Amino acid sequence: MDIFIQQLINGITLGAVYAVVALGYTMVYGIIQLINFAHGEVVMIGAMVAFTVINALAGSGLPPLVVVLIGTGCAIPVCVLVGYTMERLAYRPLRRAPRLAPLITAIGVSIILQHLAMLVWSRNVLAFPQIIDIKLYNIAGATITNVQIVIILTCILIMVALAALVYRTRLGTAMRATAQNPQVAGLMGIDINRVIAATFAIGAALAAVAGVMVGTYYGIAQYTMGSILGLKAFTAAVLGGIGNVPGAMLGGVVLGIVEALGAGYIGTYTDLCKISGISDWLTQRCANDGHFVLFGSNYQDVFAFAVLIMVLVFRPSGLLGERVGDRA
Amino acid sequence: MQHAKHLLTLLATVAAVGLTACGQEKKPEAPKPQAAAPAAESTPTIDIKIGHVAPLTGSIAHLGKDNENGARLAIEQANAAKIMIDGKLAHFELIAEDDQADPKVGTTVAQKLVDMKVAGVDGHLNSGVTIPASAIYHQAGIPMITGSATNPQLTEQGFDNVFRVVGRDDQQGPAIANYLASAEKPKVVAVIDDSTAYGEGLADQVAKTLKAAGVKVLAREKGTDKQTDWKAVLTKIKGEKPDAVFYGGMDATGGPLIKQGRELGIKAVFSFGDGACTDKMHELAGEAAEGMLCSQAGIPPQAASKAFLEAYKARFNVDPILYAPFTYDAANLMIEAMKEANSADPAKYLPFLHKISYKGATGTIEFDAKGDRKDAEITIFVMKDGKVEPTAVVKAGKTVPFDEFMKGMGGA
Repeated sequence: MDIFIQQLINGITLGAVYAVVALGYTMVYGIIQLINFAHGEVVMIGAMVAFTVINALAGSGLPPLVVVLIGTGCAIPVCVLVGYTMERLAYRPLRRAPRLAPLITAIGVSIILQHLAMLVWSRNVLAFPQIIDIKLYNIAGATITNVQIVIILTCILIMVALAALVYRTRLGTAMRATAQNPQVAGLMGIDINRVIAATFAIGAALAAVAGVMVGTYYGIAQYTMGSILGLKAFTAAVLGGIGNVPGAMLGGVVLGIVEALGAGYIGTYTDLCKISGISDWLTQRCANDGHFVLFGSNYQDVFAFAVLIMVLVFRPSGLLGERVGDRA
Repeated sequence: MQHAKHLLTLLATVAAVGLTACGQEKKPEAPKPQAAAPAAESTPTIDIKIGHVAPLTGSIAHLGKDNENGARLAIEQANAAKIMIDGKLAHFELIAEDDQADPKVGTTVAQKLVDMKVAGVDGHLNSGVTIPASAIYHQAGIPMITGSATNPQLTEQGFDNVFRVVGRDDQQGPAIANYLASAEKPKVVAVIDDSTAYGEGLADQVAKTLKAAGVKVLAREKGTDKQTDWKAVLTKIKGEKPDAVFYGGMDATGGPLIKQGRELGIKAVFSFGDGACTDKMHELAGEAAEGMLCSQAGIPPQAASKAFLEAYKARFNVDPILYAPFTYDAANLMIEAMKEANSADPAKYLPFLHKISYKGATGTIEFDAKGDRKDAEITIFVMKDGKVEPTAVVKAGKTVPFDEFMKGMGGA
């Protein structure tokens, strides 16, 4: 049981990070139906900027929490700038182009950002300075670290704040209006370009926070880290129903838990030696080794994407339903 | 026309400066009419290209660059020594390529080197890349010597052109497993690998040796060579309460592995193969890496010959990380065989490689019939105050404490 709880804690931490990144995908998609494939790279840049700052301040004697906060404080404006520039230069000129065009541009932007980061921060795996004193806490036999607690709390805070922004503020109302029908929203006096730019900026700021969380949690950053993280977060967004803000949060957490439980238990349940009686060959094989695992925990990713396919087959618009504007 | 030639030279130089990050560029190799004219009159020269391949991008680029530096040093020293081959002044040129630790890229690069008619290849770094690439060199009859690919399969293919100057995983695996079993006396050991040819091969050997020593080995857990989150795997292992954990993989994934293991409260001894036997483990995992055990095929860089260490430091301004002494020896072996054969023709100097006996930076090198180094050493390390310190050397099945081994090497 303690193992199960431990896997749940692992999954929720992972899922919380996916959720924050997924919000960036889903907000942009909700408003302009663009899958911003470069979003994962913004997360990477956030982690890299934070790495540089934290590395520089590591020896300064400031408390670790302050150093990480300064790191985040530097990563956010850089990422917002990257997000805004990306929108202005690569997506806005293509807003009236066929939908495939901005998608390709997004992939292009992603590659450009990745290689720029490689030039700036080298190709090496960068190790975050181990400034945080990791404390372990016990919950029913499972352990949770102070870093994990901070990550989960930050994610909850972000989700609440974002929900408040979207449903309680003028900007949020303008965003929802633009998502429903940009033309009419424009006629109502909403500056659509500003709303879209703001959406990109908010998504990028969230990405920066996610980047810092990933960097401090795993202790490493590399210029390639954004692609698989981005893909997973995109999956989370689709899982929850793309364009749907609560959906992205739910999708992230579900994906994280599915991944952790999948990796934790797939090996045990596909161990053919459990049913070794069914054939002589298998009995012999198991007598030698004791285990004959069909799918090991390296199938973690396959498992996550298999779940995605299942959800899409039975609920094509995701768990909470797709929510995009009515283009009638 | 003259203009165009100058422009080309300029372009070539610019390209060379751009490509090789370190300073001290070599002059373009083609004897230029103006500069090299007097030399060309007195002694004819012969250009000999030697390829070096390792990942120069990606998560183990630092190891790739280290390997390349070793080879580069050998080539530069050979050029400075003005070696005569077949009555001509030999000019060696290092063709340094990047295989990105990717078998697909590795085979493409191998084909490119074959097309460039290199006389020999020093490389590759990873077993998973070296094995497919070796088939291409074999077809072309080009000798290749790897200084770091330790998967046994490489020299089991029956290729007469394939050599390695380091130990094999089936020597390294038993060495670390035996050391673990005798020094730590674990009852239950968890074995994890990164699903690469290297990691799997090493983990298989460790598991086999541990079982033979009567230690219970848990069902193999697997990750990938790009994994950052090991929590799920480690949590599962934690439930089985192992006394020791062995991971077959590189430091970029091994660092997060040990860090997360400690975060989960696993108190077992963590042990690794050579890919994670670097100081980078401390950078990546901090205090969590303290006390980990690891093995390296061959001997640690600091046990390489003094002449090599000094020359390396003087040339690159850093200390060798891991396999540079071996790639250095690999390049020198080829040059030595060429000298003995008095030819840079692969078909002519290859037989000399088989029967060579050469005193290199890593000790005396001789090859067995398969192309493996005879009596290769395996060194066991322990992480102490953020540095991997050699603690024992396993040679021909015998474990010798490291201090004694250094004495045996004449304090080299």
